[in-house]
Amino acid sequence: MGLENIIADALPEVLTTRLDSLVNWARKSSLWPATFGLACCAIEMMNATSSRNDLARFGAEVFRASPRQADVMIVSGRVSRKMAPVLRRIYDQMPEPKWVISMGACATSGGVFDNYAIVQGVDKVVPVDVYIPGCPPRPEMLIHAVMMLQEKVEKESVRDRRDVPEEEAREAVPPGTLPVTDGSTALKEALGSRPYTIASRHERRRSS
Amino acid sequence: MEITPIPGSEAAAPSPLVAALQREHPEWVTDVIVAFGEITIVVPREHLVAACLFLKIWPESRFDFLADICGADRGVEEDPRFEVNYHLFSTTKHHRLRLKVVLSEEDTHVPTVTGVWRTANWHERETFDLFGVIFDGHPDLRRILLPEDWQGHALRKDFPLRGYEPYSLK
Repeated sequence: MGLENIIADALPEVLTTRLDSLVNWARKSSLWPATFGLACCAIEMMNATSSRNDLARFGAEVFRASPRQADVMIVSGRVSRKMAPVLRRIYDQMPEPKWVISMGACATSGGVFDNYAIVQGVDKVVPVDVYIPGCPPRPEMLIHAVMMLQEKVEKESVRDRRDVPEEEAREAVPPGTLPVTDGSTALKEALGSRPYTIASRHERRRSS
Repeated sequence: MEITPIPGSEAAAPSPLVAALQREHPEWVTDVIVAFGEITIVVPREHLVAACLFLKIWPESRFDFLADICGADRGVEEDPRFEVNYHLFSTTKHHRLRLKVVLSEEDTHVPTVTGVWRTANWHERETFDLFGVIFDGHPDLRRILLPEDWQGHALRKDFPLRGYEPYSLK
């Protein structure tokens, strides 16, 4: 809740382009990541912050250990089923505005681990904004992803509500179902039109 | 109980250590497998703790380091189905030995060796978690790797590779 929501509610006819660009510039230039290095991709994340590839030039000055002080969560590494509720809890503790970068093949899609223990993609747990392929991705790829996220932040508007509870995200994955990829439509109709993964909230923008 | 030795092994020429052990306690050594430079002795379940304690204390062997306990599922149609391997190492004499206990599917109970080596605590929890082998006398036998509310034992051959259902937040 802040000035931007008051403007959005009370003055729906007001264009907020200058305020948008100011707020977005401030947000994208100071994206502070939350440390969520889970596995091997964390090594490359450390590399991206060390002096050879310096992520701090792009605003990611400090990696906050506490999620309450962080803007972006870089999920680097495979997420096991035992870790997934913990990851969700850390994500819920981050204040708005927040974004998620899914780093590496395991966080994006389960990677080489197509088994009982690894969640096949962290977007089953949290909404993801930028996906990075690689095993592990080069530090330059992580820097590129942060730059892509900055471009995404630039396109946002203060008029997008962020404090709406995410019920539809939690409804996204009915348990016991697998996505149908053979072109049949019967199961799709049974499932309804619910998506298999959680869409990022930043995709739902009011057209201004 | 038929144990087929690995091709290339010589069950009739064990190392001096195993020969001495067979002289001392012949009822402990059901079978000896020597393959790839490693010695495995198959121990019946009821003599396991006595054999482990003896091997730890005996001046000939002094196996004071339990390197690993791992279970194995030979297959759903095999009898005996499960085996539990104890990898022993001596930090003073630098020799290694593997003890193998074979279990059938109906009776997967093994006495615990936590009293001999304290590290067996977590290794036996892992074997219980992934194979369902129950260790009698274990102080705290519960799951260690999989979530606490997990159903089934994941490394058994009849457990599907991908699990039973994909992960969902609920």
